[in-house]
Amino acid sequence: MAHLGESPQGLYGLMAEFDTAQQLLDAAHRVRAAGYHLADAYSPFPIHGLAEALGFHEHKIPKFVLAGGIAGALAGYGLEYWTQAIDYPMNIGGRPFFSWVSFIPPAFETTILFAAFTAVITMIALNGLPQPYHPVFNAPRFSRASQDKFFLAIEAADPRFHLEQTRAFLAGLDAREVVTLDE
Amino acid sequence: MKQSTETYVEPSQYPAGDFREPIAVIAPGHSYDSITGKLTGMVLTKHTPLAWFVVIGISFTLVMGLMMALTYLLAKGIGIWGNNIPVGWAFDIINFVWWIGIGHAGTLISAILLLFKQDWRTSINRFAEAMTLFAVACAAIFPIFHTGRPWLAAYWLFPYPNTMNLWPNFRSPLIWDVFAVSTYASVSAIFWFVGLIPDLATFRDRAEHPVLKRVYGMLALGWRGSAKHWYRYETAYLLLAGLSTPLVLSVHTVVSFDFAVAVLPGWHATIFPPYFVAGAIYAGFAMVLTLAIPLRALYGLHDFITMRHLENMAKVTLITGLVVVYGYGCEAFFGWYSGNEYERFMMKNRVYYGPYAWSYWALLLCNFIVPQMLWSKRLRRNLAVVFTVVMFVNVGMWLERFVIIVTSLHRDFLPSSWQMYYPTVWDFMTLFGTIGLFLTLMFVFVRILPMISIFEMRTLLPESRPHHPEGGSH
Repeated sequence: MAHLGESPQGLYGLMAEFDTAQQLLDAAHRVRAAGYHLADAYSPFPIHGLAEALGFHEHKIPKFVLAGGIAGALAGYGLEYWTQAIDYPMNIGGRPFFSWVSFIPPAFETTILFAAFTAVITMIALNGLPQPYHPVFNAPRFSRASQDKFFLAIEAADPRFHLEQTRAFLAGLDAREVVTLDE
Repeated sequence: MKQSTETYVEPSQYPAGDFREPIAVIAPGHSYDSITGKLTGMVLTKHTPLAWFVVIGISFTLVMGLMMALTYLLAKGIGIWGNNIPVGWAFDIINFVWWIGIGHAGTLISAILLLFKQDWRTSINRFAEAMTLFAVACAAIFPIFHTGRPWLAAYWLFPYPNTMNLWPNFRSPLIWDVFAVSTYASVSAIFWFVGLIPDLATFRDRAEHPVLKRVYGMLALGWRGSAKHWYRYETAYLLLAGLSTPLVLSVHTVVSFDFAVAVLPGWHATIFPPYFVAGAIYAGFAMVLTLAIPLRALYGLHDFITMRHLENMAKVTLITGLVVVYGYGCEAFFGWYSGNEYERFMMKNRVYYGPYAWSYWALLLCNFIVPQMLWSKRLRRNLAVVFTVVMFVNVGMWLERFVIIVTSLHRDFLPSSWQMYYPTVWDFMTLFGTIGLFLTLMFVFVRILPMISIFEMRTLLPESRPHHPEGGSH
């Protein structure tokens, strides 16, 4: 990776702090326009369009959930068919071994069960959670990111990252403060 | 600048001061800091209100009664309960259906109102979801313990591969019920936990005690509020809402199948699924109001749970109550119109010459007559009146299940097998014990976790909806 400037060893990146969601969103648009790719914003609540402003587009979770739902339907219905018609067929009230209508409600529930768990598990896994340590937690005021302040970090691994230039760039975005983040 | 499509402050369609104008969902003058401070301060404090101890004291005493009743049940068997042939099902299923129904409002508020973009759901969804979980836990006690030997229920209820090679009978609605309720409990639990993650991170960052910081930190999974994480989080949350919506409708539908699939007059009715679902939402909103009104006063949450919320919930209670009453009308009409002598007898026995006719009229008083007070805006805004009405509804919905179950069973086809049903002291100890368990869990929850979703409350502030630059993505 060709770095424009030398960055010191053990540096994760630079982090800017903002007072308002509007400043953070404007900064995110300008960070993207300036060509930074390894940047992330941190806010105490979801801000619509913020991830997209940073060039993040992902449509994986709905696909996983669809697959999970189909797997759940097949698993539930398959379990019912196998236990009632193949493994131990029993005549109960003269109803057919393969009572396909009666098998719908449990299969419906397993569909929802598998899809819902897939949604949560893929969300947590794609986010890389649980992650007890992350360099952004080294920022002295970062505990405010879950309360009332807004942060934006540019990673040192970004090809366009230059410690002084990037610091000046972030400071020029209405940032309240810019700090370096150790690995 | 492009105007965001979801701005919180919309131009009012009413002239200034018009009484029809809706009240704001959050009182004016709040900031991120004041919301966070108020909602975390309720928990991260050494001060516990005296009323909290009083409620826990009473409800935990009831839990002790529950423990005694269940221990005696395991020692002696289910003969200690009053149900016997022909009333083979009584308090166990009445209470089960009552509790499951109460739980439904939590999912309705958190999922269906989210899909309909109702911003007033935000300050009530968290504790309504908690209420769902605890109500389902109380409900589960009844089917599990009515088996008498719950340690064997693993292979009676679930397709657990056992040494006898037996499987549950999937043609039976009772097994559908097991699948529906266990799915509902699991999905409600993860929905609730996912909603809590960002607030747990707030607690982690605000807690001062190192042990608390660590515990909340572990539960928060290292959440750091990254834009990418929020993006996936919102996708997953919306999908969960979309999945929970058909789930919640299916759960009470399946519960109603326990009755509707049987051939017994009074149970065998096609109106049951929608009528049960409406009843569940009705009972659930009544319970949300039962909890919200005192908790709001106890913790001074008037800024977050405004009259708008309480009034809207009262309106939902009224309208679902009318749907339930329509269900009563349909049952009576079907009984008469079927021309079947057993159906007609069941209806007459239920309404006027049966020994349990009093319960039908008490039911109509609680579920039909008293809630009509909620038509009046003045009465809807009087919390003492609303609280009284919802207490009637709580009782009424219990009576509804009593009427359906006991009056249908006690006089079926053969007069020689008619018999009265009388609950025993153990039945009542179990019922009131679960009420105690529910209140205990609810108050412990309010003490250790945020009862209002903090991060969603922040999104209600107008400054949380920034505008995108011209041509920017939205």
